[in-house]
Amino acid sequence: MADIIVSDLVKTHPGGRRPATDHISLHIPDGEFLVLVGPSGCGKTTLLRMVAGLETPDAGTIHIRGRDVTHLSARQRNVSMVFQSYAIFPHMRVRANIGFGLMLHKVPKDEINRRVARAAELLNLTDVLDRHPAQLSGGQRQRVAVARAIAVDADVLLMDEPLSNLDALLRLQFRSELKKIVNQLGTTTIYVTHDQAEAMSLGDRVAVLRDGRIAQIGPPIEVYDRPADQFVGGFLGSPPMNFLPATVESGAGQARVLVGTQRLAAPGQLTGFAGRPVSVGIRAENINVSDTARDGALAAQVEVVEPTGSAVLLTVQLDGIQLKVQTPPSFATQPGKPVWLTIDPKHMRFYDPDTALALEVAA
Amino acid sequence: MTPADTPAPHKPARAGRGRGARWRAVGVQLACLAVTAFMFAPVYLVALAALSTPESLNRFPLSLLPTDVSVETMASFLTMGGVLPAFVNSLIVGVGTLVLSVLIGLPAGYALARYVFAGRDAYQLFMLLTRALPIVVLSVPLAQLFLTTGLYDTTYAVILLHTALALPTTVLITSAVFVGVPRDQEEAAQIFGATPVQAFVRVVLPQALPGIAAAGLFTFVTSWNEVLGAAILTLDRRTLPAQVLSTLGASPLTYRFAGGFALIVPALVFVALMRKYLLSMWGTTLR
Repeated sequence: MADIIVSDLVKTHPGGRRPATDHISLHIPDGEFLVLVGPSGCGKTTLLRMVAGLETPDAGTIHIRGRDVTHLSARQRNVSMVFQSYAIFPHMRVRANIGFGLMLHKVPKDEINRRVARAAELLNLTDVLDRHPAQLSGGQRQRVAVARAIAVDADVLLMDEPLSNLDALLRLQFRSELKKIVNQLGTTTIYVTHDQAEAMSLGDRVAVLRDGRIAQIGPPIEVYDRPADQFVGGFLGSPPMNFLPATVESGAGQARVLVGTQRLAAPGQLTGFAGRPVSVGIRAENINVSDTARDGALAAQVEVVEPTGSAVLLTVQLDGIQLKVQTPPSFATQPGKPVWLTIDPKHMRFYDPDTALALEVAA
Repeated sequence: MTPADTPAPHKPARAGRGRGARWRAVGVQLACLAVTAFMFAPVYLVALAALSTPESLNRFPLSLLPTDVSVETMASFLTMGGVLPAFVNSLIVGVGTLVLSVLIGLPAGYALARYVFAGRDAYQLFMLLTRALPIVVLSVPLAQLFLTTGLYDTTYAVILLHTALALPTTVLITSAVFVGVPRDQEEAAQIFGATPVQAFVRVVLPQALPGIAAAGLFTFVTSWNEVLGAAILTLDRRTLPAQVLSTLGASPLTYRFAGGFALIVPALVFVALMRKYLLSMWGTTLR
C-alpha cells in the first residue's frame, strides 16, 4: 500500500515573490498514475521534487506508505525518479547506470544482473548494455533513464517531463510504451508534464495546476469534459475550449442564451440565471457545422480552414466572436463562406464571467 | 575555449569582397607566426645552448642549428653542488603545494559551484586580491612570521606560500569544473540511495577528475617556476629556481643556460599534456 498523502504543502523559492506551491493537498492511492499538468511556473515540478526529497517544504507534510517522510532525505524515501534531462551518468556503461540503485543497496551481484537484464529487456536496451551513454541516441538515453528508475523496487515512481526532450514521433511512440510498462509494474506514479495531450493519455487521474494551486483534479475525461474553470478548459484539449460571452434569457420554461445578436437553446436548468451574463464553454468537436441555413442554428462566417488530415479545423467569426470548430474531413468550405452552427445543450458548460468558475448547472 | 568562443575559421572568400577577406586572413596567419616565433625563439636558443658543447657557445658566429649536440653542459649542471638537492626541494614543494591546494581548494570550488551563500561574490573577488599583491609584499611579512615560528628556511614555508598563491586559481578552476557536472546527476544518485558523499565520489568526481588533474598540474608548474618568494623564505633549502637565481651572478654561461633549460622543460611538458583540458577549463571560467 504505497499511497502518498500530501497535506497543505507550501514552498516559496528563495527570492520568489509568490509561493511555488500554495497549500496543496493530495491523496494518491496505491498504484495510481497521477499526472500533474500545468503551464511553466505553476509549481508542478516543485511539488514533485518535494515528494522526491530534493526540496524541503516550508510547511505541510508528505506521507508515503503511511510514513511521514517530510524531513527525510531523498535516499531514505525509497522513491525512484526519471529526470527531464535524463541525468544518466556519462562515465558509466548502460549496465552500471541501470544497476546503480541496486549496487548502492548492496543487492547481490547475480540478482543485480538478473534485474538489469529484465529492465533492459522491457526497454529494448539489451543490445546496448555495454555501451557508454555518449554512444546512444537521445531516445535510447531516455530509455536508460526509465530502466534505471524501474530496476529498483521503489514505493513511488516520479517522472519529471521525461518525454519533453524527444522529437514528436518518438514521443508518441514512447508514450504508449511507458503507459504499458508502468501499468505492468503497478507502482504508484506521479508524472509531471506541460503537455496536455500526455496528461490526457497517460493519467488515471489528472491534476491541473495553476499558480501553485490545484485548479482541478479528476479522471482525464471528466476534467476534459467538465472543466472546473475557464483556465482548465483553455489549457486541456487542442484546440482549447471556446468561450462565448452570452446573456441568459428565459421564457415559457425554456432557457436560451443570447450570443451576439443570435439566440441559442440552452439547458432548462439555466432559467435560474435569467438576465445574467455567462460565459458559454464549448469544445470544438461538439459544434455541428452545416453549409445550409437551419432553424435555431447560429450563422457564422469562415475565416480560416485548417485541414489536419483526420479532421478540418475551422476558425469562424460569429458576430465578432472567434470560434474554433472541428468538422469531418469531408466538409468542404472556404474562407468567407457562411456556415451554420448547432450546439447540443448537453455539451454546453457555463462559467461566471467574473470568477471564471463553473456555474452549478447540472446538465 | 569552447568551439563557440573561437573565432569562426575564415571561409573561402565569397565573390565581391573576396580579396580583402583573403588578405586579412593572410595577415592574421602572419601575425600568429610572428607571435609564436617571438615566444619560441628564446626557448629554442636556451635549449640549443643547453644541449650543445660548452665550447660551441663561445664560437663566432653562433650556429643556430644543433650542430654540436652533447649532454656535457646539462650533466655538469646537474652534478654541480646544490643543484640536485634544490631539484629535490623543488619537487617536494611542488607536490606539497599541489596536495595542499587541492585539499583546500576542491571543497571551496565545489561550494562555489553548487551553493548560493551570503557573500559568495565578495568571496570570489577577495580570492583574486591575493594575486593582486606583489609576492615581495606577501613574502617579507611571511618571512618575519616564519622566523618567529621556526618555519623559516624549510620547504613547509615555501609550500604554505605557494599554496596561498595557487589557491585562487585552484578554487576558480575546480568550481568551473564542478559547474560542468549537472546537478541533476548528483540528485539522481541520491534518489537511488547514495549519501551526498557517495554521490560526489561515484558520480561527480570521476567526471571532474581530468579538470582537477589539470588544475593540480597547473599548481605544480606555478610552484615550480616561482622564484621570488622561495628565494626570500629560504637560505639553505632552496628550490631550483631560487638556487639558480642566487648563483646566477657568479656562474658561467653554460650553467645559466642549463639551469634555464631545466626550468623550462617541466612547464612545456605540462602544457603539451594538458592543452586540451586547459582550453576547456579557461573556456568555462571565462564564460
